[in-house]
Amino acid sequence: MGPEALSTAPPPAAQPDVDPIVEMSGISISFPGIKALDEVSFRLFPGEVHSLMGENGAGKSTLIKALTGVYSIDGGSISLDGHAVEFTSPAHAQRAGIATVYQEVNLVTNLSVAENIFLGREPRRLGLIDFRKMRTDAKRVLRTLNLDIDPSSLLSTHSIAVQQLVAIARAVDVRARVLVLDEPTSSLDQREVEELFGVIRRVRGQGVAVLFVSHFLDQVYEISDRITVLRNGRLVGEHPAAELPRLDLISAMIGKDLAALEALEEGTKREATERVDGGALVTATQVGRKGTIEPFDLEIHRGEVLGLAGLLGSGRTELVRLLAGADRHDQGEVRFDGNVVKLRSPREALDRGIAFASENRKTEGLIGDLSVRANIVLALQAARGWVRQIPRNQQDEIADRYIKALDIRPPNPNQLVRNLSGGNQQKVLLGRWLLLEPKLLILDEPTRGIDIGAKAQIQKLVATLAEEGLAVIFISAELEEVVRLSHQVGVLRDRRKVAQLTNDNLAVEDILEIIAAEAEKSP
Amino acid sequence: MSTTADTHPGRRPLSRVLGRLGGYSQVATTVVLLAIMLTVGATLYQNFTSPQALVDLLGKNAFLIPLAVGMTFVILSGGIDLSVGAVMALGSVIAATLLQQGWSAPAVIVAVLLTGTVLGTLVGTVISKFEIQPFIATLAAMFLARGLCLVITDRSITIKDALFRKVNLAHLNLFEAQVTNVRGRTRTVDVYTTPSVLIALGLVLVAFAVLHYTHFGRTVYAVGGSEPSASLMGLAVDRTKVMVYAISGFCAGLSGLLFSFYTASGDPVAGIGYELNAIAAVVIGGTLLSGGAGYVFGSVLGVLTLGTIYAYKEFDGNLNTGWTRILIGGLVLFFIVLQRVIASRRWAR
Amino acid sequence: MSKLTSQRLVWPVAVLVALLVANLMANHSFLSITLQDGNLFGPLVDILRRAAPIVLVALGMSLVIATRGIDLSVGAVAAISGSWASMHIVSSSDRTSVGVVLVAVVVALVMAVVAGLFNGLLVSVLGIQPIVATLVLMTAGRGLAQVITNEKILYPDNTPGYKLIGGGYLIGVPFSILVAGAIFALTAALTRQTALGTLIESVGVNPEASRLAGIRATRIILVVYVFSGFCAGLAGLMLTSNSTSADPNSIGLFIELDAILAVVIGGTSLTGGRFSLWGTLIGAFIIETMNSFVVIAISPRSTDVFKAGVVVVVCLLQSPKARRWFGGVVRRPTGRRTPPPTVSPTAPDTAPLSVPAISVPALDGDHTQDLETRTS
Repeated sequence: MGPEALSTAPPPAAQPDVDPIVEMSGISISFPGIKALDEVSFRLFPGEVHSLMGENGAGKSTLIKALTGVYSIDGGSISLDGHAVEFTSPAHAQRAGIATVYQEVNLVTNLSVAENIFLGREPRRLGLIDFRKMRTDAKRVLRTLNLDIDPSSLLSTHSIAVQQLVAIARAVDVRARVLVLDEPTSSLDQREVEELFGVIRRVRGQGVAVLFVSHFLDQVYEISDRITVLRNGRLVGEHPAAELPRLDLISAMIGKDLAALEALEEGTKREATERVDGGALVTATQVGRKGTIEPFDLEIHRGEVLGLAGLLGSGRTELVRLLAGADRHDQGEVRFDGNVVKLRSPREALDRGIAFASENRKTEGLIGDLSVRANIVLALQAARGWVRQIPRNQQDEIADRYIKALDIRPPNPNQLVRNLSGGNQQKVLLGRWLLLEPKLLILDEPTRGIDIGAKAQIQKLVATLAEEGLAVIFISAELEEVVRLSHQVGVLRDRRKVAQLTNDNLAVEDILEIIAAEAEKSP
Repeated sequence: MSTTADTHPGRRPLSRVLGRLGGYSQVATTVVLLAIMLTVGATLYQNFTSPQALVDLLGKNAFLIPLAVGMTFVILSGGIDLSVGAVMALGSVIAATLLQQGWSAPAVIVAVLLTGTVLGTLVGTVISKFEIQPFIATLAAMFLARGLCLVITDRSITIKDALFRKVNLAHLNLFEAQVTNVRGRTRTVDVYTTPSVLIALGLVLVAFAVLHYTHFGRTVYAVGGSEPSASLMGLAVDRTKVMVYAISGFCAGLSGLLFSFYTASGDPVAGIGYELNAIAAVVIGGTLLSGGAGYVFGSVLGVLTLGTIYAYKEFDGNLNTGWTRILIGGLVLFFIVLQRVIASRRWAR
Repeated sequence: MSKLTSQRLVWPVAVLVALLVANLMANHSFLSITLQDGNLFGPLVDILRRAAPIVLVALGMSLVIATRGIDLSVGAVAAISGSWASMHIVSSSDRTSVGVVLVAVVVALVMAVVAGLFNGLLVSVLGIQPIVATLVLMTAGRGLAQVITNEKILYPDNTPGYKLIGGGYLIGVPFSILVAGAIFALTAALTRQTALGTLIESVGVNPEASRLAGIRATRIILVVYVFSGFCAGLAGLMLTSNSTSADPNSIGLFIELDAILAVVIGGTSLTGGRFSLWGTLIGAFIIETMNSFVVIAISPRSTDVFKAGVVVVVCLLQSPKARRWFGGVVRRPTGRRTPPPTVSPTAPDTAPLSVPAISVPALDGDHTQDLETRTS
């Protein structure tokens, strides 16, 4: 559908002589310990579809939430139609004509479809809600999306895809001048995407400015007039979609701050032949989970680093969560050391020697209100059970050793983990898993959001661990890092493992091409 | 041109009917349970289901209905209100004290309703503005209301006001019915109810209309369904939360008035544990304790169920009061496990 | 760690001292302790004795709250155990027999443990929210107590062996104070000498991270509710043995609220996580000292109003939003961002890159052997 759709799409309406509807300039937003947006500027013109692109943590969602009044901004200004505005709530932004569909369906599933479309502006008669009119109106709105469902049915009785379309119906119907769509297509099938794009083109024709976010490149190129790329909370560039080749877009998103790490490359770059092959440790055969990741095959050997590459939402995290027992697989079988094993909980995976460091350090990794020491010994203590506490002096000794070895700063075992910086938090988490002496260590984005020095240390650590016979699965959005460290690279796209490459002088571009390849057209 | 699974037009009405039934399935369960309990009562005790006895299920528990209605609002919004029993007692004590001091009955009624509403508004404000858990904020309100009761009086005050007496003693004849007495003789009697029941049922109708046909009511459901979503949809979450506690306070005040009609007194230690009864009535009535789903009529059924359990005790003087509590606890357990099972099945889908 | 703990306790201790001073001003013989027949007497001893059941229940409650839970059924559980023990003693032929009292105590405690297990199963296995799950037993438990006593008010107080638990003396000190002290020591040992305390806090702070770290949260939660049931049962014995009568309707009535209050005053947050047993102890003393002051200086009838005030003040002090509101440090009126800004010092991630390469620390000691034997 890609090229054909592109040719039928009208040329970008944004001309220099048209004033932007929305102008965000120098927007900065900080969260504790992280600068989510750093002086980002963004313009939105009437009658255009403008895509916002970037990897996880690039600041897309933060920018959208700044625009829609969910977050207040620390610096910079937002103007609407040339007038400075400061939105204090989502309701405020909505009244100003900015309608939003968020990434997760943000409707109330316990009410009817019609109510979800009209809540807040219900048709009334004699002060009471006129349900008949609401149903008729809802029917009409839904028809514009070719959605034939009973408006008085509960929203929860419908699939996520339908719910997402209802959310879009709600947003479209408020006659907004700005329509913000934050990953509206992640749960839609091809047909539904087509319907949605039809609606988007129609409202664009009416002069509405559409801000579109998606991690499906095909869709972005099909619908966008212009593309703005963010990386690590900074603006990388704004381009007309027709003038930005796919490869350039992806490298802009992923970034190539290679130079800073050049020095390390000598020490860690390896050839596939170099590795100590200790035989297969984990073999997954057609393992999958419905709605999460398509069945995949995977084999990882002792002493091997298996890199997983793929864009955000490609299924890389979902894949490793099955191996770590964090989610249960419903298809296929996993063999560990040749024996079929059931990994129904993290406990069972840990008992086999599989340790998993999640990409969400704060929510799925650390216990923020406990000390560095307690966090390091936590998994070992959990393995021993609560009765046999690790003696205090041994805890101290362990904590000191890992603080020293991993260079955790400040080197204070009593420090609460939530007060550490991102990189040091990551090291605490690494320390926890290393202490278990696992056989397979799964690291999901261990280097994201941490400074370059800590990043280098963690990369070195991974290399050293593999040399000592540990199997490592290493996930990173930075392909240079994956290529530098891995013996094997698995590539994922659209919740499917699409390729496995042996790192025999593998180049970043090879992986990029696979990731950027257009999805096979459905017949 | 449908994009959904149900492309067969013939299937739609059926699925729609099933969807509707699904929504009421818990209320239906309550109806069935109530019917079973009434049948059991009728087989065990004579005249258990005589017309007057059935009407009295409401009459003797009329003051519980406003409590359950207020609690329904709060629980639907995702909160809980532990102060209702104490506020009810405070209402009855204020009524009795003010009447004793010579206030006119209408002024007293306004004062009591106002007290409840103001207290509820304060609690709601603390909950929404300072993000204090509803459980703990209403606990403080419970201490405060109970404490104020005891500060005002430490003993029950009798009410002698004419209007209050009149309401207490008034019998509103509904219809005539044939009743068979113990000796097998049949005679015709008037079946009557009290003004309190009418007031309570009037409140239920108003509550139903508000919950189902006003923007505020639908927002209560939305907030209970998902507070973050409701906020992102631009709904006034904070104001809605303040209002549900204000309504609960108003209802508790009204309940205090009905209680003082019924007992012709203001009692500072009345209604201890009534918050549990109100919660039990709401849960038995099929309202989801996590909020967002339920019906105010279900809560009335819940009160009737509690009334039936109390009636067992009335008809059988030897029955240990303990069993009524165990039965209520058992029913609450049954319904929360049922809700849990339904929720997990929905989740799995 | 101890420094941290003591900082958290500054406010509760200050409040307690202030209340003691207030009591002293209202009653000049408040601090006097006398010896009569070798036993200690005095207003302070009375406060400690009255606080003993609250301390017990609040200890169990602290652990439950630390796991993000709550146990509303403690009063009803106290009623069950107190009623059963009283009933057994009253209906036995020989009240003075030590065996009768022992059986009464042991069986009553077993019942309390079973009640705790019931709560724990509802919360951990069925995943029912704690406030709802424990509501069941809060309602039904008192009914069970009524069924046990056959709705009679019992008078077990003239049983010497039983009377000891709540009203007796041992080596000059009220026995109930000794029991509460022993359970306090036991709880402290259980949570700080084993890993239970850390694992409880871990589950309370971040359940998902705890699951991924391999903690068996189900078991931890079960243990906590069972312990809470045990403490409530013991409190029930204490309450019935000290009063002249045992009425299933009033044994431990509202003790759940006092216990929750004690925990919250002691600085443990209702949202779970870090807990302080010392804080809870001081919280329980504050409640009883306040009661004593209100009774002496104002009027026994206004204790509840004072409690309401304390709940509000303590909760507002703990609420970050309220603190910002009153402190006038609101940086912006629309500060709706969930993570509040921390002012704690953060160090840079790393030193310059000249740091030598990391080598994996080799481990020795018995814990690694444990791991090996476990995984093999």
